[in-house]
Formats: sequence, C-alpha cells, structure tokens
Amino acid sequence: MKLRTILAASVALSFAGQALAQDFNDPAEFKKQREQLSMKPQGPEGQPWAQHLGDGMVDTAKYKKDGQVTICFSNAGVFNPWRVVGLNNLNAEAELHKDRLKELIVVDAEGKDDKQISDIEALVSGGKCDALIVSPNTTAALTPAVEAACGKLPVIVFDRGVNTQCPVTYIHPVGGYGFGITSGEFIASKLQKGANVLALRIMPGVDVLETRYSAAKNIFDEAGIKVVGSEFTGSDRAKTKSIVEDYINRGEKIDAVWMDAGDTATAALEAFEDAGLPYPVISGEDQQDFLRKWQSEKLTAIGPSYPTYQWRTAIIAALDVLDGKQVPGPEWVLPQPAITEDVLAKYVDERMPPLHYSLCGCQELPGYPERWGGKK
Amino acid sequence: MTTVPLPSSRRAAGIALNAGLVIFVVLYAAIALLQPNYLEPGLFMNFLRRAAPLLILACGQLYVILTGGFDLSMGAVATLVVLAASILINGDPDATWAVIGTLYVMGIAVGLVNGLVVAFLKVPSIITTLGTMLLVNGLALAWSGGAARGDLPDNFRNLGRLVWRGVPVIGTLPLAVVVIAGFVALAWWGLNGTVYGKRALAVGDNPRAAELAGTPVAVTRILAFVVSAVSAVTAGILLGGFSGVSVNAGEGLELQAIAACVIGGAQLLGGRGSIWSAVFGALSLFALFTLLNILGLPQALRDSIQGLILIAAVGASMWRSRKRN
Repeated sequence: MKLRTILAASVALSFAGQALAQDFNDPAEFKKQREQLSMKPQGPEGQPWAQHLGDGMVDTAKYKKDGQVTICFSNAGVFNPWRVVGLNNLNAEAELHKDRLKELIVVDAEGKDDKQISDIEALVSGGKCDALIVSPNTTAALTPAVEAACGKLPVIVFDRGVNTQCPVTYIHPVGGYGFGITSGEFIASKLQKGANVLALRIMPGVDVLETRYSAAKNIFDEAGIKVVGSEFTGSDRAKTKSIVEDYINRGEKIDAVWMDAGDTATAALEAFEDAGLPYPVISGEDQQDFLRKWQSEKLTAIGPSYPTYQWRTAIIAALDVLDGKQVPGPEWVLPQPAITEDVLAKYVDERMPPLHYSLCGCQELPGYPERWGGKK
Repeated sequence: MTTVPLPSSRRAAGIALNAGLVIFVVLYAAIALLQPNYLEPGLFMNFLRRAAPLLILACGQLYVILTGGFDLSMGAVATLVVLAASILINGDPDATWAVIGTLYVMGIAVGLVNGLVVAFLKVPSIITTLGTMLLVNGLALAWSGGAARGDLPDNFRNLGRLVWRGVPVIGTLPLAVVVIAGFVALAWWGLNGTVYGKRALAVGDNPRAAELAGTPVAVTRILAFVVSAVSAVTAGILLGGFSGVSVNAGEGLELQAIAACVIGGAQLLGGRGSIWSAVFGALSLFALFTLLNILGLPQALRDSIQGLILIAAVGASMWRSRKRN
C-alpha cells in the first residue's frame, strides 16, 4: 500500500507541471456557460437548431447572391457515430432547400489536418463554391487555411472553432463546461455528501472533453462527493466494462458513474449487472442504447448532450448568409438541452440503431429513419 | 532428417512453459498482494473470462508465428465479426447459430487469402496481413457506415457474458472459460496430436530445409493462417458477447497477441514455441494490464510501463534463446 502511494505521488508530481501548462478549468467560461444553460433561446419555438442564445447578430448583406447557389463543406471526417449522425443531418437539411441549392459539395478530410488544409484550398480555388462550411479537424492547424478562405467567400465554422474572427459566424452549442455542469449537478443532487462517483472519460488532452470533466469535478468537490477514480476508456466497450469491474472488485461502493460521453454507458451498467449489484446513478448522453436501458431498467439517470442538430444549423446559416439575412454571430450559440426522466419517452425510438444520437433534430427531415440507419 | 529437430523442440516447449508460467504467477501474486480478493475463485474466473479473447487470439497467432510469420489481420477480423454479427442477427435470437456459421466461413476466407498470398506469391506475411487488415477494417467500416448498427440477442451475448453461479468447488463458471478450455484443447491437439505441429516448427525453423525434406510448406503455412483467422472469429464472438457492439472491438489486439506469444517464449520468425507459450503469455499480459489498472496510475504512465515490461520480457526471451544456442 505504501509503495503504491509513493509511486502515485511521485508520478502525480512529475505530471503536475504539465497539467498546469494547459488550462481546462476557466472559472469565467464556467460561469458564462452556466448562465447560457438557463437562458431562454431566441428563434422559432421547438426548433433548437434554428435558435440561438444571446443577442449578437452580424450583417451579411454584402454576401447576398441571387439564383441557385453551391455550398461547399470541408468535413474533418466521419470517424465516430456522432459525426455519422451529424453528416446525415447536414445532407438531409440540404435536401430541404433543393430549389435554392444547386449543389452541396462535401469533402472528407479523414481526420487529417494536412488533407483538410488542401481540401479547403482546392474548394476555394475551384471557384464553384458560393459559401464554405468548415468543421475543423483541429483548431490551431486549420486557422491559416480558414483565414485564407475568408478573403474569397463567406465562411461558416461549426463544432470545433478556429483562432480567428474572420468567419461570418461560428456555430456551436453551449460547450464542454455546460455538459459537465448539467451532468455534475444532476449526480450531486441525487447523492449524499461523502458518496463515491467513478468518472469514465474517453481520452486525455481534448479540450471539449477536458472542460466537461473539470466542470463536473468542480461541482463534485463543492458538494463533498468523492471522485474515486477518473479513467480513460478510449470509447472501447470492453475496456469500459473491465475498468468498472476492476473498481467493483476493489470493494469500494460506487454510488454514481459520471461519463464525459455516453457511447459506452451501457457497457458500464453491464458491469454492475454481471456483479449482481444495483445500478448506480449515471450520466450518459443521448444515444439510443442508453435511453432504452434507462427506460427499461428505470435508472436514475440524465442524458446531457452535445447536440448533432448543429450540423443542420450550418446549412441554414450558409443559406441565410447568401440571402443577405442577418445571422447570429460572431458566435451562434445553440441551446444544449439534456434528456431527463420526464422527456425520456419522447426520445426512445425502437427503430433507430443503438448509437443513434437522439437529439439530432432529424425526426422531421426527409429520409428519416432509414437515412440514419433505422428500420422503417 | 526429420528426427533431428525433435529433441530440441520438445525441450523448447518445456522451457517455454516455465517462462510464461513464472511471469504469470509473479504478476498474479502482485495483484493478489494489492487486492487479496483476487485469490477467490470467483474473481479468478472473472479474470479468465476477460482474458479469454486475448488468450484465444494468442493461440491462433502462435500457429502463424511457429511457421515464421505474423498475422496482423486478426484484430480487424475480430472487429468485423462483432459488427457483422450485430448487423446480420439484428436482435433475432433464431438467427444466432446460422450467423455464427457464416462468420466462421468469412474468417476462413480471410485466412485462406492470407495463406495463399504468403505461400504462393511469396509476399512477406507482415505485408500481406497488413493489407488484409486494412481491407477488412475498411469493409467493416463501409458495411456498418462507421457506426454500430443492429443488436446482439442474449443467446449470442451469453457466449462471452453468461456466468453459471453455484457451481461446486469453484463457485462460478463463466461460459467463456469453457470456450477457452475447448479451444486450447483443440489447439494443443493440432500441434501435439497430429503431424502438423512438427511440420510447422520445421517450416518456421528453416523453410528450405523443410521443403527439401518433403514437408508440404505451402499447405502448412496456409493452414496456420486459417487457424489464426478461426481464432480471430472465436475471439470476436467472445468480445461481442462480453461487451456488445462497438466499432473498435478488436483494435490493437493483433499486436497484443503477438506480444503474448513472445512473452510466453515463442520465437519470432518461427521454429520454437508451444501452445503453452500462447496461453501463459496471454495470461501474463492480461495480468499486467489488470495490475496496472489496480495500481491506479495515470494512463500515460501505464502505457509506458506496459511498453517497458514488454520490451524486458521479449528481451529476456531472446537472451534465453541465444544462450541455448
């Protein structure tokens, strides 16, 4: 035991310097996102993808273009289910605007910065695009390419940002702190002081994920809830289940499981099932498999989201800009709802695949549910 | 001619048994020291259940390693199995057994492609199987559209998940442990109960000499890749059973399987090793993962320690084999 403490301490010390260098715990941003979560959104009721938080608008009259237009989209990649659902949303939204939209050109960067930089250059110099949508692979690397494109045509950025103010608008939901606040506060409200929570995270060093954890951790610390472990699962179900089993085998009671993303939530729950233990309080996300389990097992749970409907917003914004309409900007902050007990039934859809993100805002779009892999 | 390699291979098998077993016992003792309840039969059975996919992959990989090759495609095959099972079965328990049959046919086809290319086109196995790895991964991704679809019914999942409780003496018995026992017995029989084992060792040791001695080198190699692919399908079924559908179910398992064989004392590039190299090597490697989890070290450090221990174990096995020569 002693050796273990010494080892852990010396390791912690050697990593402390590194941890301080990157700041994922910004109290000002935490406060801002907390306020945004309770803000009343502006825009059409019941269509969160067309709504926005805050008052900032930007004028786009200079980009107005008559007749049919071509929109180009440089996508970071479709390397996870979230992006698969998102891309389907974007294509379906484009289909709604057939009369105005001549063509939607989508280029996939396959998760590579260098490919996305050359993709953007090719799209801009190709001369076909009237507006460019970018979902950047990484923030810093894509900034110069986006800046260069801004000089030629209106650019709309969504999901991850870029370090420049030149795009017409940057579309994103409230953010990582908001995700951590929603889930952290729910868990804290269900537990007694001194209870144990296990944090399961995908991977270290990704800002949008680190901020989720730092926000939740702040809330747990405030509420006197003990984080017994913070583990990285790599989004792997087998690894998640093994990690949770290891914690259960240590004999420490786990009252709640907090997750920074929900794709392995059901695997974590199975570890409790297999050990013959009652389910913990859990925060997952808006994936179907988790929602179904939540409903059938009557879990105490919450499903915060990083909504995929922002992919729809990108098309809406691009068309608004080419219409010369004012759009929310320079940041278009979308509402970031969570699935709670009372709205759960509305989001469970047996036709959809297990990792379908339910807050896709896609139920009314053409091709639902088959386009998203669902059964008719 | 054929009588010459026999004594050395028999001796090698004995030594390999000891090396892998010793590392495993030391690591498991360390786990038990930190967490005494790992000595209970229930937790040991659970340990075996979780180690099952790696153990089975290692047994398959050993066949290829003995003949002097690598199979890098097994992780991809395991992933394909998990995704294909969920899409094909799609929650219908009646379809389970037919689909499992189909999965084996798919696996054997991949193994045949690997084996034929290596044996007749003389492409080094590391390149061939890297190619099939990319091919199979790409197929799986295209078929599933990049996201897990479909559903696995309980009778499929039971293979990796079901645990019988109230079993005499050991208390609990996971079905996966029965699957390991069966698979290891078959793999052992293949190497020791048939002429195949001696042929594989001869081909791995010196393919030219083996060929001149009349060993069917091509058939031996092809069979090794087929066995390896069959093990990947079995492991994929267990993985899908243990934790359900995911798009990265088999990621990185091929390298773990190779590492397991080497830790257990099998010689890379062939010619030496026994089924026990794979079994105890895999158990050692999995015990190492578990130990590092229990220590609760940060992930980055865990990876480095894992790397260091792997290098040390492989280095030690190389050093032992050089001393013998």
